[in-house]
Amino acid sequence: MDVTLPVPAAAPARPGRLPAGLPIAGLFLALVAVAAVAPGLLTHTDPLAADPMAALQAPSAAHWFGTDQLGRDVFTRTVYGARYSLFIGLTATLLSVLAGGVLGLLAGLAPRAVDEAISRALDVLSSFPEVLLALLFIAFTEPGTPSLILAIALAFAPRYGRIVRAQTLLVRRAGYVEQAVTFGLSRTRLAWRHIVPNVLGPLPILATIGLGTAIVNASALSFLGMGPQPPSPEWGAMLSESRNYLRVAWWSAILPGATLTVTVIALTAVGRRLQARFEGRR
Amino acid sequence: MWRAVLRRLGSGAVVLWAAATAAYLALHLAPGDTVDTLVGDGPDTPQIRAQIAADLGLDRPAVVQYVAYLWRLLHGDFGRSYVLQRPVADIIASQVWPTVKLTLVASAFTVLIAVGLALVSTGRGRWVRGLVSALELSVVSAPGFLIGVLLLSVFSFRLGWFPVSGDRDASALVLPALSLALPLGGLLSQVIREGLERALDEPFAVTARSRGLTRQALLWRHALRHALLPAVTLAGTLIGFLLSAAVVVERVFGRPGLGQVATDAVGAKDIPVVLAVVMLSAAIYVALSTVADLAYLLIDPRLRKG
Repeated sequence: MDVTLPVPAAAPARPGRLPAGLPIAGLFLALVAVAAVAPGLLTHTDPLAADPMAALQAPSAAHWFGTDQLGRDVFTRTVYGARYSLFIGLTATLLSVLAGGVLGLLAGLAPRAVDEAISRALDVLSSFPEVLLALLFIAFTEPGTPSLILAIALAFAPRYGRIVRAQTLLVRRAGYVEQAVTFGLSRTRLAWRHIVPNVLGPLPILATIGLGTAIVNASALSFLGMGPQPPSPEWGAMLSESRNYLRVAWWSAILPGATLTVTVIALTAVGRRLQARFEGRR
Repeated sequence: MWRAVLRRLGSGAVVLWAAATAAYLALHLAPGDTVDTLVGDGPDTPQIRAQIAADLGLDRPAVVQYVAYLWRLLHGDFGRSYVLQRPVADIIASQVWPTVKLTLVASAFTVLIAVGLALVSTGRGRWVRGLVSALELSVVSAPGFLIGVLLLSVFSFRLGWFPVSGDRDASALVLPALSLALPLGGLLSQVIREGLERALDEPFAVTARSRGLTRQALLWRHALRHALLPAVTLAGTLIGFLLSAAVVVERVFGRPGLGQVATDAVGAKDIPVVLAVVMLSAAIYVALSTVADLAYLLIDPRLRKG
């Protein structure tokens, strides 16, 4: 589930060799983006149109991903589902990067006491397993898309906060910053002109990789019934609805799940590539 | 050495205390009044309300309530479930074993998968490595519930090798544990392989080889020990992942356990139960990652000074 971890260790792509899958990954992501923005371009069926006579049909030319227990077209539902996953994943990641970024910068720049307080708070938050922290948040609110987004954002903010804090401390000690201090640059000017841009540079890339994790966790929570409620064609919720029919119809659970997995793999591949370029590896 | 140990233990305790305090605040600042929840649809008179408040100690000053709460937590008393009207500790005690069993077996599988994959792919040609990397990336990226559903559909429904759900015997444990172990194993094997390759480049490896040690013996007896070091630092994160993923996997396989308790309680807004499960998992996380940190101190003497 957690694909951001192996970043330092898992960059097996040897220098100079571009992973062959990269253009495919980009193409697939473009397709998912189209599905999210204009699902009508990819399918002409209604994702909610039930046809009990055609329930649980295997994949065929008419129904590429087969049909589910209510006779709804699984491919159409998967296409429409992209909107939920991408929207939830993007907004949650954006929120957690924002919150983590502000907290991390504050911790890195403010006096020691403030840094201590923020760092301890982040420690406490990250000592809760992510899905459980998100569940706790949802227990206090109502299951549904908004609280799902906030729950994921809350669960992932500490991670970005720690990274940004470490990065800020690193930049603060860099030669050019110390130079600027000796030239008498004011603290605020120093922070805005030199520290913030250098700290925030790598964030979009981390967010790309984190987006995959956020999407997976959001769909896991939807699978548990904490996200968009049925009949919304969210990928995790679709899997959960179809789990009871697995014996007779594997496609209506596995194909949306596979789409989700490929999306995450593509995001990870693109994110790692961007990271490698950013860090000056070829 | 002992100072370092004490410092780790101390910071673990502080994190737990802060987590408990945060949980307390969350419980009391949450929208909706505890008394309202407990009165529910029952008879509602000022006397009943006062009685409930007195029973729960809600009429006492906040500081007293807070201290009493910490004191009860220390004694394993997590309060009463709103919905089931039983002590939360009882509910958890009756459901903790299936989850512990699952995570222990999953950890064992994880180590087997990670070490196996790393040993198989270290220093091999492009094809083997590419294949293993692709496999790792897939299992790491796939959501836990998809792996579970896939295993279920192949090994339970198609082949009928394993039971579909429940927790009757050891065979019911295999697929859930695998669903947890595959993503973790894929993650860990990347780290171990990197460590193995670095160890094989070290002078001691060249020396051992030049003395006629076989490649296999070098890998198993010398390189693996070095490669496992960075894996230990990851232990904390892996434990957090395991606890998170177990919640979902239990649902996929219809297993009893803490995950089931937690999801049911979230649905029923049974806050004391949710809080207790979350606190318990935070405590397990903190305890195990402290142990992992200490193990690291034992393994690597260079860190003991700090």
